[in-house]
Amino acid sequence: MTAPSGDIPVTAAQDTPVTAAEDTSRITGTPRLAVENLRILMTPRRGRPDADVIDEISFTVQPGHVLGLVGESGSGKTTVALALLGLFKRGLKLGGGKVLVDGQDILALPEHDLQKLRGRTIAYVPQDPGSALNPVLKVGTQLREVFTIHGGDPDRLTDVLAEAGLEDPAPILAAYPHQLSGGQQQRVALAMAFACRPRLIVLDEPTTGLDVTTQRRVLDTVRGLCRSYQVAAVYITHDLAVVAEIADHVAVLYAGRLIEMGQARELFATPAHPYTRGLMRAVPVLEGTYELHGMAGSPPRPGSRPAGCFFQPRCEFAVAQCEQRQPELITVSETGHVARCVRAVEIKALSGRVTLASQRPAPPAEEPVLTISGVSVSYTNKPVLHDVNLVVGARQSVAIVGTSGSGKTTLARCVVGLHKDWSGTITFAGQDLPAGVRNRTQDQLRRIQFVSQNPYSSLNPRQTVGQIVGHPLAHFRKLSGADHRQRIADALTSVALRESFAARYPDELSGGERQRVALARALVLDPDLLVCDEVTSALDVSVQAAIVELLLRLQAERGLALLFITHNLPLVRSIADDVTVISAGEVCERGPVTQVLSAPSHAYTRQLLADVPAFEHG
Amino acid sequence: MLIYRSLIGILTLLLVSILVFAATQTLPGNAASAVLLNTATPQRLHALEVQLGLNKPAVQQYWTWLTGILHGNFGKSLANGTSVGTLIGGRILNSLVLVVLAGAIGTLIGVGLGVLAAARRDSVFDHVLSVTALAVTALPEFVVAVVLIIFFAAVVWHLFPAVSVFVPGTAPWSNPKELVLPVATLVIVVVPYVFRMMRASMIDALESDYVQMARLKGVPKWRVLLVHALPNAIAPTIQVIGLSFLYLAGGVVVVEYMFNYPGLGQALVSAVSDRDIPVIQFIVLVLAAFYIVVNILTDVISLAASPRRRLPRS
Amino acid sequence: MATRFLPHRPEAFAVLGRAVRTPRGAIGLVIAGCVVLAAAIGPAVAPYSSTEFVTTPFARPSSIAWLGGDVLGRDVLSRTLDGGWELLLMAAAATALGVAAGAALGVIAAYAGGWWDSVIMRAVDVILAFPQLVFALLLVSILGPKIWLIVLAVAISHAPQVARVTRAAALDISERDFVKAMQILGIPGRRIIRRDVLPNLSSVLMVEIGLRLTYSMLVIAGLSFLGFGLQPPAASWGLMINENRVGLIANPWGVLMPAILIALFTIGVNTFTDAVARASLGVGRRSTEPDPLVDLAVEGATI
Repeated sequence: MTAPSGDIPVTAAQDTPVTAAEDTSRITGTPRLAVENLRILMTPRRGRPDADVIDEISFTVQPGHVLGLVGESGSGKTTVALALLGLFKRGLKLGGGKVLVDGQDILALPEHDLQKLRGRTIAYVPQDPGSALNPVLKVGTQLREVFTIHGGDPDRLTDVLAEAGLEDPAPILAAYPHQLSGGQQQRVALAMAFACRPRLIVLDEPTTGLDVTTQRRVLDTVRGLCRSYQVAAVYITHDLAVVAEIADHVAVLYAGRLIEMGQARELFATPAHPYTRGLMRAVPVLEGTYELHGMAGSPPRPGSRPAGCFFQPRCEFAVAQCEQRQPELITVSETGHVARCVRAVEIKALSGRVTLASQRPAPPAEEPVLTISGVSVSYTNKPVLHDVNLVVGARQSVAIVGTSGSGKTTLARCVVGLHKDWSGTITFAGQDLPAGVRNRTQDQLRRIQFVSQNPYSSLNPRQTVGQIVGHPLAHFRKLSGADHRQRIADALTSVALRESFAARYPDELSGGERQRVALARALVLDPDLLVCDEVTSALDVSVQAAIVELLLRLQAERGLALLFITHNLPLVRSIADDVTVISAGEVCERGPVTQVLSAPSHAYTRQLLADVPAFEHG
Repeated sequence: MLIYRSLIGILTLLLVSILVFAATQTLPGNAASAVLLNTATPQRLHALEVQLGLNKPAVQQYWTWLTGILHGNFGKSLANGTSVGTLIGGRILNSLVLVVLAGAIGTLIGVGLGVLAAARRDSVFDHVLSVTALAVTALPEFVVAVVLIIFFAAVVWHLFPAVSVFVPGTAPWSNPKELVLPVATLVIVVVPYVFRMMRASMIDALESDYVQMARLKGVPKWRVLLVHALPNAIAPTIQVIGLSFLYLAGGVVVVEYMFNYPGLGQALVSAVSDRDIPVIQFIVLVLAAFYIVVNILTDVISLAASPRRRLPRS
Repeated sequence: MATRFLPHRPEAFAVLGRAVRTPRGAIGLVIAGCVVLAAAIGPAVAPYSSTEFVTTPFARPSSIAWLGGDVLGRDVLSRTLDGGWELLLMAAAATALGVAAGAALGVIAAYAGGWWDSVIMRAVDVILAFPQLVFALLLVSILGPKIWLIVLAVAISHAPQVARVTRAAALDISERDFVKAMQILGIPGRRIIRRDVLPNLSSVLMVEIGLRLTYSMLVIAGLSFLGFGLQPPAASWGLMINENRVGLIANPWGVLMPAILIALFTIGVNTFTDAVARASLGVGRRSTEPDPLVDLAVEGATI
């Protein structure tokens, strides 16, 4: 085999894209990256047997191509990402398999040689650039380091930054990481990764946490650089829309196994595995109003994975043999589309994956539940909200969309009374709503409820679910013991949690389950208006879909009005009747969802829509 | 920012002085009766009170005292009549030498061991050090001193003197052998604390995302440790180092007493036995001033070490 | 259908139970426990009274006096057995008072915020400008070495440190969303503190109690060593160390024995506290925290 790719000189001459003559792998057909049967175990602790985190992972990537690795939390995708660089987190060890970069198994290399490859031949782009950049070293120092270690030409520093989209390098180089914005930080990370013209680049959810516009620019940069320098890329994400945009091939991970792989377009058009199909039905889409369907249950954790198919407990297509054995990867088309399901061929042929949502009912003629007029907020001279107007009708959902810093959370806090320094009027059920919780009546407090974003801090870790849900109930209504318990049980059932959950503690629950508990706590008082602040942003896509399904059902059953705050435009399509777009504290546009999203009138809205990754449901 | 801290420091010092003054002058059993003890008859008591100015209103007494201090006049020792400044002044240097030496050596050893233990986390080396640190940290200084004396001065070996014999006024470093045991005691008291903090913050740094990123860039191990992890780990440790200097200020009391070392601590103990109020006030004020200076220094150095706090987002 | 919401045993007990089951916790508890036991039943089982002269000064251990004689020829063993319980009681009392006062101040400062917060924290800073030992010495110099005074002085010097730690923990908790969720409902502050904030502070407080107990013991024994605790001819460990230093070469036991007992107690408590700190992390947080005691120590400005 040819010498390891680390020998490619990294000088100014290398600015031209790699020619075919130099790129031996393309000529001989050897993939740039080939992973064979990778298996990683958790290091055994006292008494516990080896549990595998990932197993039977095999895929290849050609130069210039992007493989999208899709998985939700617990799928093992970060473990795979780090393994591609030969790194294992504390508590993990290699259980078998190979990672071949240009034919050389990097997992067999001693640490010293591996270190030479990292950053030079194989590069990594982290998920959170804010914490991946050293806070006490200047950006320039960290960037220069890549050159000094791998023997590059430090004068190329400014070129490298320009390629990543940072045109004015001097202030960036002199700054510390915390002085840069999230988008700038990620571009620095990209520059560091591409600096030495790596052969393989691993991107671990690099656009999570970035707003849609910045995400758009980063994706464009990545795609451009990969094509120019024939870099093979593995792009790890849970966001299907992003994958659809950038990947040539897609591999889907579930509970540490590859369950489906194929060309991106084909896979999304005709998925062959029930999980992938389920994911497709859970992803909100901008182009049309589809029903979102979540998948009940959650993936099995390492150590508690069943003997048969891992997805079987949640699968609507399961048959008897699924419980007995793990299925092999079955080829379902000549283009290399494979899926780990005994019914793969059948499933691929199915259509009607997504159902158009039924028409949302017209807003009732009654008086609106909530009217916000001319509300303004400012923190010591900085205006946060300016002259905001909004109406929420009874039994209606209104979405407020904006990026972080737009003021949308502040608005929510004003409505629920957490923030009291606002001017303007807010009317609730026909009456003026006083600012601040202290000035409101019991009735007003009861009828407006709030659910926040972070499911990990919104529940008191020292109380049981029953106590958490019962706490507000006890405050507002003095019920007999039996009635009290009944109300709590009813609240739990309405959010699709079994009554036995009442005795559990929050740290025993998953993120989705905790959000349901938070919802139950809000609903136990039978409110008229529910304010949801980014309640699904911290959740996996399938869990998000389940929560949205739940909210819509509750709305229909109880006549609940919903004020739904989010930054996720496609989600708005699935959940809201009306939408208000906010930018820098001002309302840009307001109106029915179908109108605003298909025919926006404000430039900002148009920009937002253009930046959302396109995702076509076949 | 520095000015603000200094002003707060001076304010605190003033408050401390008020507290000290109030405690010593206005509580039952004032200075006069403390001096006279059993020989106090009402006339002698009254005479002494007038002499000491104790019959004037409290605020006026405080003012006299405060202005006196600002002129360098700390009053006269009740025990032997000499000016407090001349009596005790020289001892400040002696105690300072102990504190600074012990602090510096303890810090160096603690930081070094902490970095090593973190780099070799969960090894035998690390476990032994951690458990030892946990135990030693719980020991009082006089126990450590006693053990050291038994081993090195009295029973097992006779390498160092158990008691200092040098006269206050001579430079402490003129007789290094006498410094060894007292400094060693203080070092032993301080090292586990600095060690544990350094180890903990070093481990945090080594597990951070930015260290992982450095490794993924191919940065060699030694550079990851010293250039990436250490500068981050040192910031919280600086606070601890400052705290150990402060702790030493209290620790010298017992150590000086044990080794009969002529410093402020020993003077304080005698003064408390003798109820020598002016001396006590002086020493307490010096200590408080030392505290405040160390606090300010710690804050300044700590700020210098964390760019995130120093420079706001542009 | 009648679901019963039996909560777990109160959180504090669960954490203690977990701590005791770890090697560090068990060892620490046993060591400290032995010392407490020895001090408690000591006076009853001592062969001689602590003031009886039984042998020559600094006599070597013999069949008459198993640990030899002290400075005045009294039995070292008996004096050691007698000399612990007052120290331990004083340390326990000072700790209880100091932690209670400090925790109350810290929670009030955190929850009331604003002006109250600044005032309390300024006062804390002033008291923190004294080393604990020196503060106690200051008070002793005025009022004499009275037991109640020493306990009070040590308690007062603990309070600011405990206040800082509880304030930080309480602030951290009140920022969390579940407290805000209660505020939105209009539930009054007092109830929120009682039902939501305090229970979450339990582990922090438990660790603080352990740390403060160690330091109470160190300061009080130190004071006793300097001659400001129980006065002679009473038997007290710190005092014994001082008295018998002179004859260290002749009979080290007069110094060693009380020193060992003090050391065992403080080491035992410290070790057990470390185990408690680690056990309390298990509730919902990563249990790979390198050294939980250290964070608290820095916050409370003590070792």
